[in-house]
Amino acid sequence: MYLNQFLLLAAVLFCLGVYGVLSRKNAVLVLMSIELMLNAVNINLIAFGAFRDNVIGQVFSLFVIAIAAAEVGVGLAIVLLIFRNRADIDLDELAQMKG
Amino acid sequence: MLTAAIFLPIVGAAVLACIPREREEMLKAVALLITLATAVVGLALLFGFNYDDAGSLQYEVDTGWIEVINSRYHIGIDGISLPLLILSMVITVLCVVYSWDHFPEPHNPKAFLILMLVLETGMNGTFAAQDLILFFVFFELVLLPMYFMIGVWGGPNRQYAAIKFFLYTLFGSALMILSFLALYFKGGQTFDIPLLIEQGGTIAHGTQLLIFGGLFMGFAIKVPMFPFHTWLPDAHTEAPTVGSVILAAVLLKLGTYGFIRIAIPILPQAAQSWAPWIGLLAVIGIIYGALGCLAQRDMKRLIAFSSVAHMGFVMLGIATLTSFGINAAVFGMVAHGLITGMLFFIAGSIQERFGTRELDRLGGLLLQAPRMGWMLGFCVFASLGLPGLAGFWGEFPAILSAYQPAAGLSELTFRIYMAVAAIGTVFAAGYLLWMLQRVAFGVVKPEFENAHIHDVHLPEYIAWVPLLLGILLFGIFPHLLFNIIDPAVGAVTAGVEALGTAAAAGTGR
Amino acid sequence: MLDNAWLIPLIPAISFVIILSFGKRLPKKGAEVGITALTISFVIALLGAVEWIGKEVPRHAVTGHQTWFEIGGVEFGAGMHIDGLAVMMLVVVTFISLMVHVYSTGYMHGDRRYTYFFAALSLFTAAMLLLVVSDNTLQLMIGWELVGLCSFMLIGHWWEEGVNSGAAIKAFITTRTGDIGLMTGIIVLFFAAGRDFSIEHLNHEALTGAIGHGTLLVGASLLFLGVMGKSAQFPLHVWLPDAMAGPTPVSALIHAATMVVAGVYLVARLFGVFWTGFSIEVGGTNLVAIIGAITVIIAALLAFVQDDVKKVLAYSTVSQLGYMVMALGVGAWTAAVFHLFTHAFFKALLFLGSGSLIHAVHSNNMSEMGGLRKYMPTTFWTFMVGSVALAGIFPLAGFWSKDEILLGALVDGFPIMLVVGLMGAFMTAAYMTRACYLIFAGEYRGHGHPHESPPSMVWPLRILAVPAVLAGLLNAPGIGLFHGWVEFEVEGVPHFLELHDFNPVLAAGSLAVALLGIAVAGAYYYRGALNGLADRVPLLRTGHRVLVNKYYLDDLFLAIIRGIQYPIAKAAYWVNQHVLDGVVNGVGKAAQRSAQVAYEVIDQRVIDGAVNGAGLSAEEGGSILRHLQTGRVQQYAALLFGAVAVLAMGLVVLT
Repeated sequence: MYLNQFLLLAAVLFCLGVYGVLSRKNAVLVLMSIELMLNAVNINLIAFGAFRDNVIGQVFSLFVIAIAAAEVGVGLAIVLLIFRNRADIDLDELAQMKG
Repeated sequence: MLTAAIFLPIVGAAVLACIPREREEMLKAVALLITLATAVVGLALLFGFNYDDAGSLQYEVDTGWIEVINSRYHIGIDGISLPLLILSMVITVLCVVYSWDHFPEPHNPKAFLILMLVLETGMNGTFAAQDLILFFVFFELVLLPMYFMIGVWGGPNRQYAAIKFFLYTLFGSALMILSFLALYFKGGQTFDIPLLIEQGGTIAHGTQLLIFGGLFMGFAIKVPMFPFHTWLPDAHTEAPTVGSVILAAVLLKLGTYGFIRIAIPILPQAAQSWAPWIGLLAVIGIIYGALGCLAQRDMKRLIAFSSVAHMGFVMLGIATLTSFGINAAVFGMVAHGLITGMLFFIAGSIQERFGTRELDRLGGLLLQAPRMGWMLGFCVFASLGLPGLAGFWGEFPAILSAYQPAAGLSELTFRIYMAVAAIGTVFAAGYLLWMLQRVAFGVVKPEFENAHIHDVHLPEYIAWVPLLLGILLFGIFPHLLFNIIDPAVGAVTAGVEALGTAAAAGTGR
Repeated sequence: MLDNAWLIPLIPAISFVIILSFGKRLPKKGAEVGITALTISFVIALLGAVEWIGKEVPRHAVTGHQTWFEIGGVEFGAGMHIDGLAVMMLVVVTFISLMVHVYSTGYMHGDRRYTYFFAALSLFTAAMLLLVVSDNTLQLMIGWELVGLCSFMLIGHWWEEGVNSGAAIKAFITTRTGDIGLMTGIIVLFFAAGRDFSIEHLNHEALTGAIGHGTLLVGASLLFLGVMGKSAQFPLHVWLPDAMAGPTPVSALIHAATMVVAGVYLVARLFGVFWTGFSIEVGGTNLVAIIGAITVIIAALLAFVQDDVKKVLAYSTVSQLGYMVMALGVGAWTAAVFHLFTHAFFKALLFLGSGSLIHAVHSNNMSEMGGLRKYMPTTFWTFMVGSVALAGIFPLAGFWSKDEILLGALVDGFPIMLVVGLMGAFMTAAYMTRACYLIFAGEYRGHGHPHESPPSMVWPLRILAVPAVLAGLLNAPGIGLFHGWVEFEVEGVPHFLELHDFNPVLAAGSLAVALLGIAVAGAYYYRGALNGLADRVPLLRTGHRVLVNKYYLDDLFLAIIRGIQYPIAKAAYWVNQHVLDGVVNGVGKAAQRSAQVAYEVIDQRVIDGAVNGAGLSAEEGGSILRHLQTGRVQQYAALLFGAVAVLAMGLVVLT
């Protein structure tokens, strides 16, 4: 087993996530893509941890999972509110933050 | 214990700040309680004081404060500070009592009382501080409450007067702190006053002169000496009664106290060089203040100018640099505090009753309010230096001491000062009696004929009787004060006397 | 008794406190307290006098001294020094004061400040006695000033009228002007005597030559300025006639018998200083004698033109004080003190008599009196006794004492003073004749029905008439007791004052001069022989006008005071407001102006320009960059990743 394999997997997953975040218009899908990116990071952390005989990587990934849960919770709530207000969750239409 | 005496009022101010402003009675009661408690501490200090050793510092506290600049929390009192400290405490209590049910417009007793308490901390602290930075902090702490007192509760022209007072004194303070810093660097990196007194003599003469100049500006403005006095009449005229009283009774003494505590003992050589000029300004102040009085139509302004004259006597005593003169000066400070404070109280009450202080419109006070008229007469005679009342013991010894100033000072110059000061006493009699005649004698002017004029109220009685008794007591038994002051003054003049004997030894060879 | 002489001033002082505190609640409104206190003091003083007389010759002064406090190594103390002079003064002051107290119960009856009046009388007496017993100059000055205070209170007793309070202020200020001299004189002598206030020590040092003559001359001259103020010597005599604005008993007590003699007493007390300082021994002339002589003449002249009976007496007092001062100036110490002694009795008598007259006719003016002899017999007789005694007619009191003064001037080599004395005797007799004529002769010219005064007022007159007749005999030739009892003595210094033998020729001469004065005045008034003289002769008319205007001295002083009060004070105040305050305000204005310049030029253009410039450029940059802000989250994310990618690539390339 090589470290590269894990890293490669993580990189692929991360790229998928980035693509999803940038291209999807549905907010829910954007959130899911973010989850992908986070999990890619998790894989990296655990992989490095395992190869270096260090539990800190696993600890960090646990933190990331917890934060990801919170993030999804908050994110879905926001999405829900947006949907309630506008009956639409198309991100392109959400341009109130325009300077 | 001394620390308690200083900080009790400011703690009280914090307590007052927590009481809602609607509960006036409670505010007043708490304020009175705090000032009384402070005065009780003062009494305890008075009883615990070792009078056989009045010349050295007592109740000393000396702990670190600002280590970086070697400034310490060093307080202590000797025979010079003690009477002034007690004076400041008593005056504050009496002011709280006096303002019991006549707070000046715009009312707001809460803020007024808080300011008064902060003021007390500043005054007490200044009289107890033995460290220059500490002294400076307290000295400046006094400014702000006074500024607000004049600026908020004052007369019609209050803004101008308040700002003038503030900026004028601040200007002096700026030069003063410069001198403090110079002392720090030249005097062995310390702000401690007793230490500096030991070391001050070693500073080069030219530097001493400059440092003394800065101190002089700071203190002379506070005194105030001619020609730095112009803030005083304005401040007094506009300030509320209580403000005037505190200003006259205690604040002016901070300046003269500074000379006696800091300027002269630390820099004896410079003091010797400056003394003739201080004496000159003092006697000019005496005559000039008197002339200023004669031109006044406003009672309060007249009393304010009389302060200039009286502080002239105090400064003349100080300028002689003799133990005799400085004794007289300290006594004069206390006496002036009692007498002029009392005069301002009466002027305030007259204004409250008649709605005016114009001498041309007043008259016949003895008919409408005989007791108040009597008190006014009493204070007038005390103020013009009648023997048997306190004013005399500040005035006569000061004149006496000018006949033979400290060694190294020109006798001729000071004898001329003496003669001028003696003439000043006649002027004092002139303007004070003139005021008394205008206000108290004669018949009531038509415009007030039907006015209902209250004689002295209960709060006024409580506030005034201690002052009147003090004037009489110290007039008849001046040794009560002199015995405390005298040993402490010895320490002040020690430096100058050492110079004198050195000079004598020098010529002897 | 003499050891406890300090009680004599203390008792009236306590009486003052009692009257002030409880007087109004007492049945007699405080008068009884004052009278009791004075009676006790008088008795103590009398017993003291008896003890003094009974002492072995030479008598030594009874002293006592208590240290009060010390400052700067100088001792302040209170003490007493009772010698013949002090004993005499104690007796005179307490006696006259007692008489005045009794008299006042009648005269002041119903006054609205009756109690207060008695309190002030007590305080006055206490202050005067404090001055008398004093053994040091400081205590003497304290008494002296308190006496001044009381005179202020009593002259201005009826202060509702501006004239009265004005007179009170005038009295206080004028005497206080003299006190400049007193104060500085005391200071000069204090240092000259080696930092000692003691009078005995001072006299000793002065007489033994321990103090330089120059210093003594300066000190004595300064002290004499104080004497001129208090004892109403020319030109500071102006306050005394005005002081008659006070109630008449006050005039009797303060301005005739006791207070004004404080100055004379001071010179007598410190005679060693004056003797050496003014070289009185040498003869010729000196300041003291000259001032005394001038005062004798000018005051006597003024007495002729007064209509107010009290002012006649006031000028007469001034003139008699001039006699005493002149006597001291020529070195006739005993004569001066003796004249002080006799004068106190008959002048008090005259003043109280005039009070009785005023009480009856409700006017001070002699033009509204006349013919009172039949209405007021007792007052008439006692007043006549007083007048004759004052005029110096044998054998009444004034004759003996005046004669001694003249004798002193003659023997000690002051011929001018002798002439002045004789002229004074002539004028005194003449103006008293005039006053008596206007008051008692002819028809009554006033309003209402005059009546004799109540017993409380008449009895003091009767009692005072006795010493007015007899007091002079104490020092008459053949009896000669007084000069043995009262003499100037300093421990350790031999006697230097000579006593002169009675000179019958001079005595006859002075008597003749006095009788001539009466005759001339009598001729003028009774016979009308010289009527209208003043109107006919221009020189006399001018003289009359000058006298009526009191030599224009009042105008001069008033001009000086105005000169100070108005222009100078105004100028000073103007200087204050415009120059000093102008400087302050100017500094303020300049600061403001320069601040404005600083604000407009430096702050607004330079510094703010920089600040504004920075802001402006930021704004412009922003308006360009705002296009990046599309509001699309994904675009932001793309930028973010792009940026991260660029940075990462940079990192890779660089490392």
